[in-house]
Amino acid sequence: MKARVHVMLKNGVLDPQGEAVRHALGALGFDKVEGVRQGKVIDLDLAEGATEADVTEMCEKLLANTVIESYSIEMA
Amino acid sequence: MMKAAVVVFPGSNCDRDLAVAFEQAGFEVSMVWHKDSALPEGVDIVGVPGGFSYGDYLRCGAIAAQSPICQAVVEHTKRGGYALGVCNGFQILTETGILPGALLRNAGLKYICRTVDLKVATADSAFTQGYSVGDEIGIPIAHHDGNYFADAETVKMLQDQDRIAFTYAENPNGSVADIAGILSENRRVLGMMPHPERAADDGHGGTDGTAMFRALSGIFANA
Repeated sequence: MKARVHVMLKNGVLDPQGEAVRHALGALGFDKVEGVRQGKVIDLDLAEGATEADVTEMCEKLLANTVIESYSIEMA
Repeated sequence: MMKAAVVVFPGSNCDRDLAVAFEQAGFEVSMVWHKDSALPEGVDIVGVPGGFSYGDYLRCGAIAAQSPICQAVVEHTKRGGYALGVCNGFQILTETGILPGALLRNAGLKYICRTVDLKVATADSAFTQGYSVGDEIGIPIAHHDGNYFADAETVKMLQDQDRIAFTYAENPNGSVADIAGILSENRRVLGMMPHPERAADDGHGGTDGTAMFRALSGIFANA
C-alpha cells in the first residue's frame, strides 16, 4: 500500500525558490511562465491496514509545517 | 551555581561556542545529547544551538523537534523554564511550537554570513534587560533559512505583547517586520537567528552579545 504526500508552501507565503526558477525559465526564453511554486513529494510505503487518517496525522505532526505549508494526500 | 544545559544534535556546530558564552558568564554548563530524554537536575536555562541538526532534512529543525531531548525541552518551558535558541535552535523552537511562526529560505536565496546591526526592540526580558530599547548591536548572522514568517495576526500579537526582542537595522533575509528574534508569551524563551555567542569574547571581534549572557546570569544569581 502506498501514499503520496504533496507539500506546498501556502498561498501568500513567498516562495523565493519558485521565483528563482521562474526567472531562470524566463532567461531560457520560456516567456509564457507567469508563476512557479516549488514543493515536495513524499512517497510512503505503508503496511496493510494503514489509513488516510494515519497519513493525515503524519502530515500534521511531521511531514508538513502547517504554519507555512499545506499538504494533500493521494492513497494508492 | 547557575546551571545551563546545551543540547547537542548530530549536525550541531555552535554548541561549544554557546557553552563557552554561558561559562564565561558564570554558568555551570552541561552538554545533553539529543537521545537523552531528560535534562540534568536543576537546569536554569537550556541552550539550543546553531548548526544543521539532522542535516536540515525535511525542513530545518523538523527532525530535531521530534527528538527525545526536545520533548524534555518542551516540558521544561511549559514548567516556566528558560530557553535560548540561536539560529538552527530558533528554527527548532518554532518547529516544536514553543515559539510561533517559521523560518523560510532567505528571500535572496543565498546563505548569508556576516555581522549585522540589530535593534533592541524590548528590554523587558531576562535576555535583553542588559540593553536599552533602540540600542544597535553588532551580532553575526550565518544562515540560509532565516527569513522569519508568521501570519499578520501573529505578527500583530507579537507586536502588541512586546515580544519582538530584536529587529534587523537593514533586513538581510526578508523576515516579516524585520524580525530577528522573538520571545515566548512568558518572556522566558528567546529564539533568534543572529548569534550572540559569536560576539561574546574579545577574540570574536565584537562583544555586543556579552550583555545577554551577563543579564541572564544576573537573573539566576539573584533567584
